[in-house]
Amino acid sequence: MLDFPIWKKVWFWGIALVCAALALPSLFSVAGLPWPSALPHPQVNLGLDLAGGSHILLEADDGQVAQQRIENMEESVRGRFKAADPAIAIGDISRTNGRLSFMLKDKTQVDAARDELVNLTNGAGLTGQRDWDIRVEDGNRFILTPTQEGLDQAVSDAMDSAVEVVRKRIDALGTREPTIIRQGANRIVVQVPGLDNPDSLKKLIGQTAKLEFKLVDDNAAPNDVAQGIAPPGDEIVPYAEGSEVGGVKALAVKRLGGIKGDQLTNAKQGFEQQTNRPVVTITFNQQGGAKFAELTQQNVNKRFAIILDGKVLSAPAINEPILGGSAQISGSFTVESATQLAIALRSGALPVDLTVVEERTVGPDLGADSIRKGLIAMGIGSLLVVLLMIGSYGRFGIYATLALVINVLMILGIMAQIGTTLTLPGIAGFVLTIGAAVDANVLIYERIREERKRGRRVITAVENGYKEASRAIYDANITNFIAGVLLFAFGSGPVRGFAVVLIIGLFTSVFTGVAMTRMWVAGWLRRKRPADLNI
Amino acid sequence: MRLIKLVPDNTNIHFLRWRVPFYVISCLLIAASWGLVLTKGLNYGIDFAGGQEIQATFTKHGEAPVAELRDLVEGLGYGEPVIQRFGAANEVSIRSKLPAEAEGNPGAAEKISKQVTSAITKAYPDVRIEGVSTVSGKVSGEFREMAIYALGAAMLAISIYIWIRFEWQFGVGGLFALFHDVSLTLGMFALFQMEFSLQIIAAILAIIGYSLNDTIVVYDRIREDLKKYRKMPLPELLDMSVNETLARTVMTSATLLVALIPLLFFGPESLFGLVAAITLGIFVGTYSSIYMAAPILIWLGVSGESFIPTESEIDRQERLARERAAKP
Repeated sequence: MLDFPIWKKVWFWGIALVCAALALPSLFSVAGLPWPSALPHPQVNLGLDLAGGSHILLEADDGQVAQQRIENMEESVRGRFKAADPAIAIGDISRTNGRLSFMLKDKTQVDAARDELVNLTNGAGLTGQRDWDIRVEDGNRFILTPTQEGLDQAVSDAMDSAVEVVRKRIDALGTREPTIIRQGANRIVVQVPGLDNPDSLKKLIGQTAKLEFKLVDDNAAPNDVAQGIAPPGDEIVPYAEGSEVGGVKALAVKRLGGIKGDQLTNAKQGFEQQTNRPVVTITFNQQGGAKFAELTQQNVNKRFAIILDGKVLSAPAINEPILGGSAQISGSFTVESATQLAIALRSGALPVDLTVVEERTVGPDLGADSIRKGLIAMGIGSLLVVLLMIGSYGRFGIYATLALVINVLMILGIMAQIGTTLTLPGIAGFVLTIGAAVDANVLIYERIREERKRGRRVITAVENGYKEASRAIYDANITNFIAGVLLFAFGSGPVRGFAVVLIIGLFTSVFTGVAMTRMWVAGWLRRKRPADLNI
Repeated sequence: MRLIKLVPDNTNIHFLRWRVPFYVISCLLIAASWGLVLTKGLNYGIDFAGGQEIQATFTKHGEAPVAELRDLVEGLGYGEPVIQRFGAANEVSIRSKLPAEAEGNPGAAEKISKQVTSAITKAYPDVRIEGVSTVSGKVSGEFREMAIYALGAAMLAISIYIWIRFEWQFGVGGLFALFHDVSLTLGMFALFQMEFSLQIIAAILAIIGYSLNDTIVVYDRIREDLKKYRKMPLPELLDMSVNETLARTVMTSATLLVALIPLLFFGPESLFGLVAAITLGIFVGTYSSIYMAAPILIWLGVSGESFIPTESEIDRQERLARERAAKP
């Protein structure tokens, strides 16, 4: 017991001091003191609930991805069959029940059609499955069903590009240090520190920005359109709020033959010359410009609808072919909404709609207030624990106090080094750890008292105290560790911060409360050889 | 210097004499807690119910106009909001739950939040929004599921650990004590209709950890005493073990309480529920280690034979020394 080899002492002090030193930069910054930048400066990250900022969880609609895939498949099939030699004619196309089905006009082309279709499918996943399942019924009806692997792959791809688009849009806002990560199959977490009003951010992300130009069918009966009945080959698209012209709430447009506005090189907010109203000016890339020129050339004097996310912004008449590769989008914009649309168009359309399913925004004042109150409470609590320990165990209480101080510094230091985040519940975890860390000391000291009562010699009593108490200490810490790990595994965000502090605290409190106090007690016993213990 | 002793030396309280009445009371309390949870229900916060919560400061009001706010928000048609003081008199939190029919609509919570915020800022230009939380029905459903898994897994894993380290009777005893603690905490939340949020799940897991801490200390001593005093009747032995560890139990509960109580009164308001739950749990957990975890061992038939007695090294050395001294 009394023997404490020098290497062990160096080792213990080394660990304690290194971990505690890592806490210094964080403490300096809380105290508002400068930390020499030449030295390493790990910092405890503050969670958004303490630092202030916005946490937004976005969810994509998988159903929409599936729907989109079927529509794209239909287009590919049409294109491929038209280009085949000889062309393959199909009819009775349906996209219901999550699958695409159509009939061949000529039964003898079944094999040719199947070959074409197989070329349209790809492998998906690692199982060697294709992303579409092709089946033929009644000799000439093809049924294409997306496989689960193919769908998962499509959702995953859509999410990857959605993350990119979201990142571009947030960067365009000039917000600093946003964190944007994918979570699970169809979610994206966006965290922006210091942002206390995320409205414009949410509006920007909430906009899919799928821009389309489609021809207006002016022959459709207005009554039918108003009732939502589309003439064959048309679809009914409602006007965006505030963009209606003369009480007309929707337009009939040609389903096919339009172009998409995704081939852009630039988009910026500007003003219409005559009216001085805010507009968005877009510039097509070469391919997009060529398509747009073709559309306008072939349809002079007709109207085309500018459709954003399934809503008509405006439906201007084509007075002359637009060949310059740029166009103006008018609608009922404010400067702000036009700017947002410009950003959204520049960053590309989101492959899928995103909805905010969870938001936690904390203003900087509230966070600072929480830190201040937490520190005060922690100070008072620590003081009371220290008084109680010294009052109860005298010299041994002082050792426990020293251990507690090192313990708190070590927790902070380790948190700073491994880059975990201190959250509001994390503060509660800290206080709880301060109260619980001395438990190991209490167990040991009470055991020493007992052993002394039984008449054991000082050194034997201390030795027994450490030895007999350690079983309970380890068992108790392992069970707490299990609870902490499960909390971490199942918990989310701030609650995880609580678990992190608890888990780190378990290790450091055993190290400081058991190993280090033992070293100090042994040193004292050897130096003084007391005949009695005041414990 | 005279040292404080929270538990005087040679304390010998016959805890186990009252084990039957206390067991009956505890079981009744567990039943009552579940009765309350099932009839009155838990007051789910937005984490579990979905909806929105806004924290607002009225910068030009001495006191927040709570009654007016209630009418204003209720007028928006999402039922009666929960409006609570939050820190100073001019700070409130306004909570509206997600209507049942909006569970499947992912954007609903967001929409309610927008409406409430704009209605309040329009009616009170001096208001400053300090924090906004919205949780959609799907996410809150996942949180509910996760909470149940976390609690179940923690209780099971820990009981298995005790079973491996001790004997199966101890595992059952520990699990029962935990069930008691979790039930009473839930019952208390149902009784006082305190907001039940994700933080409370964290609190319950912490309670599970600390209550078990106590149980293990008592069990460890029981195991030790069982090896030492194989002939002693079990109730007497349990009493002895509980009394021997009583000083430690009281002291540890005391240090935990003096650390937590300042946090309860001076800490951040958002932590009140979490800290209150843990504080309550410390009382319940300490009680359960003495009155739930120990007596159950009698009924489950633990005996001195449960552990093969082994002489500790210290005891052996002392015996040898005694024997040498006794020899002429």
